[in-house]
Amino acid sequence: MSIDKKIVDDMVANGISFVTTVPCKQLAGVIEEVDARPEIFHIPSNKEDEGMGLCAGAWMGGKRPAIIMQNTAIGVTINTLATLTQYYRMPLPMIISYRGELREPVACQVEMAVHTKALLAQMHIPTYHFHKESDASELDAILKYTFMCNKPVAILTDASFWGGYGDQ
Amino acid sequence: MIRSEILREIAPILHDQLVVCNIGLPSQELHMIDDNAKNFYMLGTMGLSSSIGLGLALSQPKTVISIDGDGSVLTNLGTLPTIANNVADNYILLIIDNGSYGSTGDQPTYAGKKTKLEKVAEACGCENVVVCQDVDTGKTLQAAIDSKKMTIIVVKCDSGNIKLPVITMDPVVIRDRFMKAVAS
Repeated sequence: MSIDKKIVDDMVANGISFVTTVPCKQLAGVIEEVDARPEIFHIPSNKEDEGMGLCAGAWMGGKRPAIIMQNTAIGVTINTLATLTQYYRMPLPMIISYRGELREPVACQVEMAVHTKALLAQMHIPTYHFHKESDASELDAILKYTFMCNKPVAILTDASFWGGYGDQ
Repeated sequence: MIRSEILREIAPILHDQLVVCNIGLPSQELHMIDDNAKNFYMLGTMGLSSSIGLGLALSQPKTVISIDGDGSVLTNLGTLPTIANNVADNYILLIIDNGSYGSTGDQPTYAGKKTKLEKVAEACGCENVVVCQDVDTGKTLQAAIDSKKMTIIVVKCDSGNIKLPVITMDPVVIRDRFMKAVAS
């Protein structure tokens, strides 16, 4: 089974039916899979804070949401995470492409990579790092944990997990 | 009319609907005029009233009204293409356009200068964009509800604020009673 399909299977198995995405080359296959599933309403966002607003509304409407984004967006969404998702105590799985790690070809991506875990730690956001493909076996448990505790939870997926960025 | 006068006038219409209300004075005013479980007050996160309302409308069948301001729509201008391309006929975006950032002291917005939000919404692909004057807000809003078509209403009104206290309700209480009202 492809890793893209496994990730989306776990999302569907956990009742996730509303997914917002901002494009990413590493997550392109997951986004394509999300778009193809009849169980999921896929709504692309123009910016990740907008996407978190959509997810907040969807959850209050009775759906389980998720957001797919790059780690650069942590810089965009700190205020939304603090004053909306966390303040109103809402669950939000964040499946994140961890750009700027080993095998990264674009130097500028490293500039946010070095801040990513520190920012997530400062925000007290539970954070999981998928480095090897076998790490994805925890996704099902991470999603259950997210909807158990009603918190935003970060799943960082780096280039090694995806088999290299641009050299796949 | 200023925003608080408009909210007072349309409160009987809002009363029966799910309302997502913009941060700052709009939420404080609505809370004072007609606090009830079907109001979701934003205590932070400027700009996301329209996004929260759209997500809610797309996820359940009841009518949802997002009360927004011209300044907040400018903050999250990317919301308009998302709304246009994900039509929810139970969704109404009510933009109170007073040309100013009311909650921070009435500094002018670009919407009060050269930028026309109704034209931006149309250019983004929104199909039912209605502009009305403050005195016509009630009948315009009721017509949008009755039409059962996704509608963007831009209400042109005066800038100005009344003095009133902040909302001290716990955010989880606001959210929990709102979710129960949504599900009921």
